[in-house]
Amino acid sequence: MRVGVITFPGSLDDRDALRAVRLAGAEPVALWHDSHDLQGVDALIIPGGFSYGDYLRCGAIAAHSPIMAEVVAAANKGLPVLGICNGFQILVESHLLDGGLIRNDHGTFIRRDQKLRVENVDTAWTNRYELGQEITIPLKNGEGGFIADEETLKRLEGDGLVAFRYVDVNPNGSLNDIAGLRNARGNVVGLMPHPEHAVEAGFGPDAERMQSGTDGLAMFVSVLTDTVLSK
Amino acid sequence: MPTVIVEVMPKEVLLDPAGKATARALQRFGDGEITDVRIGKRFEITLNTPATPELLAHIADLARDVLSNQVIEDVTSIRVAE
Repeated sequence: MRVGVITFPGSLDDRDALRAVRLAGAEPVALWHDSHDLQGVDALIIPGGFSYGDYLRCGAIAAHSPIMAEVVAAANKGLPVLGICNGFQILVESHLLDGGLIRNDHGTFIRRDQKLRVENVDTAWTNRYELGQEITIPLKNGEGGFIADEETLKRLEGDGLVAFRYVDVNPNGSLNDIAGLRNARGNVVGLMPHPEHAVEAGFGPDAERMQSGTDGLAMFVSVLTDTVLSK
Repeated sequence: MPTVIVEVMPKEVLLDPAGKATARALQRFGDGEITDVRIGKRFEITLNTPATPELLAHIADLARDVLSNQVIEDVTSIRVAE
């Protein structure tokens, strides 16, 4: 299985995402924003960072970069796509996921090990978790406040499209504590926290032992055993 | 060459943390006359051709689809500069 990671100008976590793919047992494929070639990958990750310096709006310029035309077309045909942090913002700006992300309500950048609850396991990226499982992965953002109008919010909740919810602490003022979303088909998932920073003991958030947390790995393993596409 | 000015504002219902922080700073001056600040964006788009109604309609599409995110922002003004 080949999993692509797209690098945009200003991407930061593309290397970590490639590494997470490798640790999960897939072949990582580096993709470039200025190309129309997805190199035949079986799944795609849009990584975190500050594409185009967050100019215009977070993710807005990247959403209109050459490769995203291919990403949107492939996602609409069922290709698994995971957007992390800035990648989530890019998916929202590409209209692959609903709502919007605005500056944190407290006005400052926040970095913490964040507890989440997995709210939906019928997706390409969450099927290796238990429904309701609580996981801890790092969060780091300045503009992670999820918003949507009342009607959209009602639909997201009613249709079970919330993939992850913040537990204990809502770190950025997100409505309904929403940390991540899925699309109706379940092949596209986006979230603000960073699963790729919690894939190898010694380099993750604190768990039983210092930095031993690997709760993010299941996201990258999920896509290997994805049953969503065959549904 | 004509310049088209597009203005985009965060939606009224949304918290505008940058505007709130700026309001608090401005409120340190004066006698409490300032109650709120909202921060938007102004784009100055230069053309190499007259701003025909068709071209302005095209720019209105771009303002809606690229310069703003309709989930969080409104395009409040599109006009040709004097």
